[in-house]
Amino acid sequence: MENMKISVNNMNLYFGKKQILKDININFKTKKVTSLIGPSGCGKSTLLRSLNRMHDLTTDAIIEGVLKLDDKDIYDKQNSIIDIRKRVGMVFQKPNPLPKSIYENLAYALNIHKFPKEKIPALIESALKESYLWDEVKDELKKPAVKLSGGQQQRLCIARTVVLRPEVILMDEPCSALDPISTNKIEKLIMSLKNDYTIIIVTHNMQQAQRISDDVAFMYMGELVEFGTADQIFKNPQKELTKNYVNGHFG
Amino acid sequence: MIKSNSEKREKIDWLFKQLFKFTGFATIALLGGIFLMLIYNSISFFANVSPIDFFTGSQWDPGSATSKYSIIPLLASTGLVAIGSMLIAVPLGIFTAAFLSELAPKKLQTFLKPVIEMLAAIPSVAIGFLGIVLVGPGIAKIFGIENGLNALNGSVLLAVMALPTIITISEDAINAVPKSHREASFALGANKWETMFQVTLPAALPGLIAAVLLGLGRALGETMTVLMATGNASVLPEGFLDSIRTITATIAIEMGEVPYQTTHYYALFAIAAVLFMITLLINFLGEYFANRLRKFHA
Repeated sequence: MENMKISVNNMNLYFGKKQILKDININFKTKKVTSLIGPSGCGKSTLLRSLNRMHDLTTDAIIEGVLKLDDKDIYDKQNSIIDIRKRVGMVFQKPNPLPKSIYENLAYALNIHKFPKEKIPALIESALKESYLWDEVKDELKKPAVKLSGGQQQRLCIARTVVLRPEVILMDEPCSALDPISTNKIEKLIMSLKNDYTIIIVTHNMQQAQRISDDVAFMYMGELVEFGTADQIFKNPQKELTKNYVNGHFG
Repeated sequence: MIKSNSEKREKIDWLFKQLFKFTGFATIALLGGIFLMLIYNSISFFANVSPIDFFTGSQWDPGSATSKYSIIPLLASTGLVAIGSMLIAVPLGIFTAAFLSELAPKKLQTFLKPVIEMLAAIPSVAIGFLGIVLVGPGIAKIFGIENGLNALNGSVLLAVMALPTIITISEDAINAVPKSHREASFALGANKWETMFQVTLPAALPGLIAAVLLGLGRALGETMTVLMATGNASVLPEGFLDSIRTITATIAIEMGEVPYQTTHYYALFAIAAVLFMITLLINFLGEYFANRLRKFHA
């Protein structure tokens, strides 16, 4: 039995009266890349955002079932949402650097979690190096983050997540707003990050899912249709629906 | 046929371009005209009274044989009520705006917003009246002084008048901060307070500065309220509990009685010119700071 980082059991999610996710059961393995694929509106981003409680911001979201991070119930009121989000970081579809300098973007993350002041510069440097951004920005750390290119901004957002040393990194279509060269850099980055982190990524790009994933989950209309290794899903899918989708017949 | 149609359309295009150019320049010309008129009359004043006396003296005592024309007591009065009102209105206004857009439940929001906007519709005379019969006596009682018609009274009333402007514009600025900034902050594990004070409000800062400056402009330019409620004493104030007389109140009171084209008459233009330049400077400063911050935004 492989080591599970996050497990989702019998999960239902509603926005108001509308059911978005139906009886989801899925396990995300430690230090693997799991891709969530499926047509738009199938609920994959919704599932992703439930893993670090981003739906808490939506007042009419109702979540049933048990989601666990290791042995910890993610939705147990006893557990601090701040702690959950520190352990489960998130990178968004559109790069969203804060309107601060490059350095302050990372320093902000460290400061709110009360990292000791004297350690901050070194932590920032290593996070930027890990995100392959250091060489490009080391001489202009004071520059506004929005002055970076789209791809650099997204790597900055990854660095900002990595700097907190989370255990899991959630990525919501991190390359959909980027050009192929930037996408390639992010994919390389993901491959190197998976040595240290559990990565769960939503993607619309079948080639990308094939290139970077260990496991793949195919979702359709709020249900988890098929879950397996990347090879299984792409080369030998068990369900007709999965086969049609990965071969590009709909979606 | 087709050619003439496109010619016609291009002509209309040209016509509208000229029209908009004209309206644009008309506004600038209006501003320039007012400025020139003030400067022109001020020059006549400074031909009779030395600028050194004007800017260094300590008495405003016009219209007699031993007239003294010093702007200092009026300037100090205007500055005092303006600063006082901002000390009250800025924190109150920005926090109210932050509360409305970030924390308040929808129902409270839809109730409070029109109420606040209604505050702006109260005529300044009514606010001044309130100052005379309510706030002023209240201040006198609290501080144990005889006369509550003073700078503090004016500050409180001007703060009330500046609040709707500050709240409305601040709230727009806060609402305009993209949701993605807040999400980024929450996803890093920040709580609501950290997000509000370290992300949302700093991101809204250019708009907040604009809000404060518009509020300040309101406070500096307001006439009727301060005329009614601050005691009308054109002596150098020593504190918030002294009676004062602002530049605006002085012009309003004296312009009606002053003989045409006398030194006193020109003196009122000179103090108006100073007030005009102060508000202009404040606008430029605000623009400058807002632009410096704007480069951190996409």
